[in-house]
Amino acid sequence: MGRGASIGVFSAAAALVLVPIIAGFAIGLAASLGVFPAIGADHLTFAPYHRLMAVPEFWGALGLSLQTGGVATALSLLFALIFVTQGGGESRILAPLLAIPHAAIALGLAFLIAPSGWIMRALAPLLGFHRPPDLALVNDPAGFALILGLVIKETPFLVIAIASAMAQLPVTRTRQIGASLGYGTLRIWALLILPQLYPLIRMPVMVVLAYGLSVVDMALILGPNAPPTFAVLITRLFIAPDLTLLLPAFAGAMVQIALIALACLGLWLCERGFMRLAKAEARMGRRGGTRIPLSWIRPLPRGIMGLGLIGVAGLLLWSITWRWVWPDVFPQSLSLGAWQGGDWRAPLQTSLKIAVISLIIATPLALLTLEAVDHLPNKLAKPILLPLIYTPLVMPQIGFLYGVNLAALKLGITAGVAPVIWAHLLFVYPYILLMLHDPWRAMDRRVLKMAAALGAGPWRQFFALKLPLMLRAIMVAIAVGFAVSIAQYLPTLFIGGGRVTTITTEAVTLASGGDRRITGVYGSLQATLPLLVYLIAFLTPRYVWRNRRAMQARVT
Amino acid sequence: MIKRLLPILALMMATQTQAQTWQDTVDAARGQTVYWHAWGGDPRTNSYIDWVDAQMQARFGIAVEHVPLTDTAEAVTRVLSERAAGQNTGGAVDLIWINGPNFLAMKEQDLLFGPFVKRLPNARFVDLSPDAPASVDFTVPVDGLEAPWRLAKFVFIHDSARAPNPPQSMGELLDWARDNPGRFTHPDPANFMGASFLKQALISLVDTPAILQNPVSEADYTDLTAPLWAWYDALRPLMWRGGETFPENESIQARLLNDGEIDITMSFDPSYVAAAINLGLLPDTVRVFVPEGGTLGNISFMAIPYNAAHVEGAQVVADFLLSPEAQAHMQNIDNLGAFSVLDPALMDAEAAAFFADLPQSPALPKLADLGPTLLEPHASWMTAIAEDWAARYAR
Repeated sequence: MGRGASIGVFSAAAALVLVPIIAGFAIGLAASLGVFPAIGADHLTFAPYHRLMAVPEFWGALGLSLQTGGVATALSLLFALIFVTQGGGESRILAPLLAIPHAAIALGLAFLIAPSGWIMRALAPLLGFHRPPDLALVNDPAGFALILGLVIKETPFLVIAIASAMAQLPVTRTRQIGASLGYGTLRIWALLILPQLYPLIRMPVMVVLAYGLSVVDMALILGPNAPPTFAVLITRLFIAPDLTLLLPAFAGAMVQIALIALACLGLWLCERGFMRLAKAEARMGRRGGTRIPLSWIRPLPRGIMGLGLIGVAGLLLWSITWRWVWPDVFPQSLSLGAWQGGDWRAPLQTSLKIAVISLIIATPLALLTLEAVDHLPNKLAKPILLPLIYTPLVMPQIGFLYGVNLAALKLGITAGVAPVIWAHLLFVYPYILLMLHDPWRAMDRRVLKMAAALGAGPWRQFFALKLPLMLRAIMVAIAVGFAVSIAQYLPTLFIGGGRVTTITTEAVTLASGGDRRITGVYGSLQATLPLLVYLIAFLTPRYVWRNRRAMQARVT
Repeated sequence: MIKRLLPILALMMATQTQAQTWQDTVDAARGQTVYWHAWGGDPRTNSYIDWVDAQMQARFGIAVEHVPLTDTAEAVTRVLSERAAGQNTGGAVDLIWINGPNFLAMKEQDLLFGPFVKRLPNARFVDLSPDAPASVDFTVPVDGLEAPWRLAKFVFIHDSARAPNPPQSMGELLDWARDNPGRFTHPDPANFMGASFLKQALISLVDTPAILQNPVSEADYTDLTAPLWAWYDALRPLMWRGGETFPENESIQARLLNDGEIDITMSFDPSYVAAAINLGLLPDTVRVFVPEGGTLGNISFMAIPYNAAHVEGAQVVADFLLSPEAQAHMQNIDNLGAFSVLDPALMDAEAAAFFADLPQSPALPKLADLGPTLLEPHASWMTAIAEDWAARYAR
């Protein structure tokens, strides 16, 4: 690929992702400053911001979002590190959690941990409860349930990110050196490995933080509601019957973006602080272990991840329930009614169509983007171009989607499946790129040099070597991309004009309806579909390389 | 520019409509797909809409596509953003299941098609006199801009096994909550049902409820609502989760009743309990009760946006929903169980026959058990109370 073609690939990728976001952001920014002709607002003013700050929940919601997003990110990172230090054996618990959408995890968890939930029903006879205890275990004011849900979803994502980053680091040698210095396990990790590792996972951690601060569907199901998280507060303003609240809603979207920028800055300061501390600690020259009981902490992340899976099992059980009242641990009567009655087939088809087409576009584009990176100067691609493509992952969806919707309508693009596919690509493509980036960099370049010496041109290297070497990573990326597409709620709702119904829009809509059996159907579909794709992704390299033992052993 | 054009456009549409006979409308509607935006959280309503779709296809060659909403305001926002983009024809929304505040917002912003209600042949079964419930939506005059389709009346719901003696007034509710702490709650007042509960309480606690018919701005708000907040301050700590969190809506609250977390919930649909028991959603022991003095009642309406792509089809659907056959099918608790908006006095024998043999249930209240229907306060009260509540209790 020549430099011209490389720049061409990047331009196309940037147009796909950046143009809608910039347009959406610009419209939102203008509206937040009082310019929104549709409702007769046409002069610059800070009034929307003042109106926003006058909303009673404003400060509470802001603080709550920082608390839930921040704590969830810190815990997810900690848990992910604990998992990684335990070796790769845990991926069988983690892979399903990575695949299952946030909404499904949240729905399962909500039933599992509620005061009248599954755990409490099992304990009630032992504790002598006739009525469920009046405790806020879900939707608690401090947001613990939301944090729990976020941690269950984000830890596996970070484990993958850390594992692929570690493949680029001389971990074994570092450990040997640490051991020869007399360091204990914790000291080796904190002082030697983490300072090398963190710069490689900075981006995924920021994605997790941004997601935690702006998540809507999970916060609706698990989070508190008085005040709600900031993202939920803005969503409420956007859909409030009083149309003059749209302007403060846009102002809120801008504040949300600023909040994320500030939080990322805070994260970076924490990183600097930690590095400084680690260096100082290393200079002190202390040796040996620490008093933190690692063996006690280790099972905790596994148990918490287990809750996520048990919750999903609860969803499956609810989907085949007829009547299930407190305090029964299992349903009084079962029925396939929810599966037979609810019309889940059409939304399922729509979900699949959108996901498959998104993947067909996004996967080759992501690979071409990486190939283009190889042919561009290092100073341009890594620090500037790639972060631009990742912007949809750190920008709060509510911040630009409403504007994107307006821009699309102005261009005469009517609501339908095609614009929704584009909206999904805004997220699927960067995620696939993110998943492929590290394995691509970790590829053994000596093989490519050898091929070049034997006369293979760049395209032959791409198809004959890079693609096969990347097969496992590509399959994982496709599985992640599929899960990302299946899980999209706001983009499908806003850009589809409500007409495009997927299993996720149905699941969230029906979650406000209170019939757990039907919610169970859509939650089960949401959970099992990505799992199936993960299974396929896992088995494909095994099948393709069944006669190539060395390829099977490759860890990417 | 758009703003200046709108009245002209509206005028053009109005003259066009008048020129058409009803048969012209029915003919033009054939082959259209009507996108009906309606709250999608209630499976019974969803399957009723599916039934309407099948009937419309068979009778009029019109397809009805249900666009499920989590909140009706989504449809309003949609129409608004279309106007922002200059899309004044061919809009995505054809028909909206709408209620007071959303109707008021759309009417004030000139986002509605019509008037069309008087054109509908089946409107002859509805009492459309100026003060009738179908002519006023939360004290806002309907002006023929929305067609009625189902009746809503506020009822309380209790589990007769766990709470055999439910309170008979708002004052008694406080005593009941003292005896049963943590067993009562109401939906979040950001939600329609939650705000309605506060309104119901306000009406019962003010001396002269008639004042509430005027906009908030014309009354002494602080003075009038003082008894409400005094009562609520006493009640709140006695509620589920100490009044710190609230269920999102009445469906979630009904689930809490099924889960045994609370003993009392509420609904705007008197037949909800009978239908929910049949569906396995509530225990058999759950019943409806209404406090002394009666409760709020209102009518659910259908509106057509000014830029709807299928105006004819939307009107034919609105008319079919008002037909005695559709209304009786709707009132049947095996189907939807929502009370009909038709006036028995206006129905002929043929129309009345559809209602003759509807099934009964022990959990289904008789119309007489429901007590008097109280007039909805002016729409501004709901917004004012909900905002005040948020300021007081949501930190």
